[in-house]
Amino acid sequence: MPDTFNEMYQGGQVRAPYRGLERWADEMPDELRGLKQSEAEALFRRIGITFAVYGEGGSPDRLIPFDMFPRVFAAEEWAKLERGIKQRARALNAFLADVYDRGEIVRAGRIPAHLVYQNDAFEIAVTGFTPPHGVFSHVVGIDLVRVGPDEFYVLEDNCRTPSGVSYMLENREIMMRMFPALFQEKRIAPVETYPQQLKRTFDSVAPQKCEGPPCVVVLTPGHFNSAYYEHSFLADMMGVELVEGSDLFVEGDFCWMKTTEGPKKVDVIYRRIDDAFLDPLCFRPDSMLGVPGLMNVYRSGGVTICSAPGAGVADDKAIYTFVPEMVRFYLGEEPILKNVPTYQCAKDDERRYVLENLPELVVKEVHGSGGYGMLVGPKASRDDIELFRAKIEEEPHNYIAQPTLALSACPTFVAEGVAPRHVDLRPYCLVGQDVVLVPGGLTRVALKEGSLVVNSSQGGGVKDTWVLAGE
Amino acid sequence: MLSRTAENLYWLARYIERAETNARLMEVAARNALLPDTGGGMRNEWQSVLHASGTKQGFDEKYGDPVQRNVETHMFFDRDNPSSVASCIHQARENGRIVRTALTTQVWEALNSASAEMTELGRQERSRLSTSDMKDFALRHMAQVRGAILATQLRNDGYDFMNIGHYLERADSTARILDVKYYVLLPNVAMVGSGLDNYQWRTVLHAMNAQRAFAWVYGGEVTASKIVDFLVLNDQAPRSLISSAQGLLDHLERLARQYGRSSGATARGRQMVARLSQMTVADIFDEGLHDFLQSHLRDVLDLGSEISASYLSGEAR
Repeated sequence: MPDTFNEMYQGGQVRAPYRGLERWADEMPDELRGLKQSEAEALFRRIGITFAVYGEGGSPDRLIPFDMFPRVFAAEEWAKLERGIKQRARALNAFLADVYDRGEIVRAGRIPAHLVYQNDAFEIAVTGFTPPHGVFSHVVGIDLVRVGPDEFYVLEDNCRTPSGVSYMLENREIMMRMFPALFQEKRIAPVETYPQQLKRTFDSVAPQKCEGPPCVVVLTPGHFNSAYYEHSFLADMMGVELVEGSDLFVEGDFCWMKTTEGPKKVDVIYRRIDDAFLDPLCFRPDSMLGVPGLMNVYRSGGVTICSAPGAGVADDKAIYTFVPEMVRFYLGEEPILKNVPTYQCAKDDERRYVLENLPELVVKEVHGSGGYGMLVGPKASRDDIELFRAKIEEEPHNYIAQPTLALSACPTFVAEGVAPRHVDLRPYCLVGQDVVLVPGGLTRVALKEGSLVVNSSQGGGVKDTWVLAGE
Repeated sequence: MLSRTAENLYWLARYIERAETNARLMEVAARNALLPDTGGGMRNEWQSVLHASGTKQGFDEKYGDPVQRNVETHMFFDRDNPSSVASCIHQARENGRIVRTALTTQVWEALNSASAEMTELGRQERSRLSTSDMKDFALRHMAQVRGAILATQLRNDGYDFMNIGHYLERADSTARILDVKYYVLLPNVAMVGSGLDNYQWRTVLHAMNAQRAFAWVYGGEVTASKIVDFLVLNDQAPRSLISSAQGLLDHLERLARQYGRSSGATARGRQMVARLSQMTVADIFDEGLHDFLQSHLRDVLDLGSEISASYLSGEAR
């Protein structure tokens, strides 16, 4: 494995964006650090920002560990990332609009037809329908890792309903409360406009039949969902209702919500439930979470669903390989952000390579998420490797593999003081009439020494992410 | 406002009030049980509380013997009893969590700490907890939540739904606490008017923290008719049936003004206030206190259904 890039240092010197932070951390007495850490935890608890881990049982009121050492980007570093992220978000949306329409990219032979049309996430119910402004994925979360000063890779795209943005906002809020002096010293671009930008994005994609200011709602599976806090937080910050499926119903050509003053028409639904549960008449008939008849209203332009059903076909791990191709095909540009080289286990020669090099590779399930069903070769035991070998041989099309990247590390408070820990980055790109990116994102950190898995469900924590304001 | 949000706010307030009522009921029973027993029914006090809280059946199935310790466990800690103080506090918090954004930070924190400390209290050695400790705990926390609601919540329709829940539950609970008397006295009608009887009536006042208020309003001797007047018909008494009905009606009418239309619930609320304000203590005793209270409880139940139909179903009748 190549050397790790530590974001704070280069050639023994503190890198410009981190200047001042080394001293800040050094000069913080241990007692104060402990005090600040528990203050942060108390603040998180007070706000009620907690997180439940699927499949682990335990308290739904668990906190995601918050690390106080910020992760910093210089203005010019961010400027390049921003161009790359927006470019990718535009290309992904162009791809979705295309594959649910004429499928030019498939006809041109740039992407194999079966990967698109036989994909589980491909939604036949939306074919032939173009949502307002042709936007399918309104919030695109792009997971990035850094391996060098100027080297970024996209790990995966999230075109459905990427979560975690409430942490981006709350982490900042808490850092500003606890360390106001740092914010006077360094000029840090604010992220707090995100909810307004999100609302503006939704307003801009109101359906044609909508008259007057659009009524936007956030649709949640309910308060038992692990991301419920985020759903209610975003609804609150946008000043819109947080609804469950049972609060909505379809009558005539529209979707309505039940209010104390009678039915009220809904124009835009920011849904945080999966496609399969949206409409029991169209998808899973046993869904209790959705709204019967919703898809009919959607297809007749009575309501906009964000993201559109079927948007998931663009963030599928098998499609991922072709995103740079999408950028070239639809935008006529060279991709700014690189993909991680990916081996498709479904292809004979690539599978052979994967099986021969398992101890060096990261293997992922094509449809998996959240860091589950994943093999990190260099960290795995021999038994685990053999287990995955068997799995891949049994269902090759279900797996992809990538080289193990040397994720950059960021200084992090640990029991012994400050030590480097691996981090990734998820920025949230908004796509409506305009494409907007708030300067910041969610930095996840693998708190265990040497660990490369940053998922909060697997012992990861979060950090505030700073983008320094330009001159 | 979303009907479901209104419903959560309404139930949040009902649960807070219900937790308080159960704590108060426990106190009545504990006090009554301290009296020398003349009728051979030493256990009646505890039975009566179970009757009044409407959970006798559940109790019998789980515990059988109505001794103090069992009744207290049942009414205070037992999560299997949906109206125990612990259940009410946790459910109030759960309702609050669902509509977290409709609450101010102070209200949420009060709910949160009530629920956390309730869990904590459950871990304590029971022999170190007196009945009054438990009652005080419930009253203190519920006062904090209620105080935070009154002091900090935005005066919008959500505020009205919380208050409607609060007053509706109170209209129900005062009647239930009063009804305990009926069960205590049932085996021994000849005792009415005796010194013992008065003592037992006093415990009702005590449980409502209302002895002094009572003394200021009526002075002199404590009689059954004065107490019934105080707790049913006197609009100065904060927990009286008429005060609760009036509070309920105020908020129903506020809603009617905000929404620009009256509902079936508004009409029923008016009826309830009208009925109570035309009554005298003599009417109540003629009807029989127990029968009067039971018919009042039915009215409250009907009004509750009407509120659901008018506002919480989303159909806006």
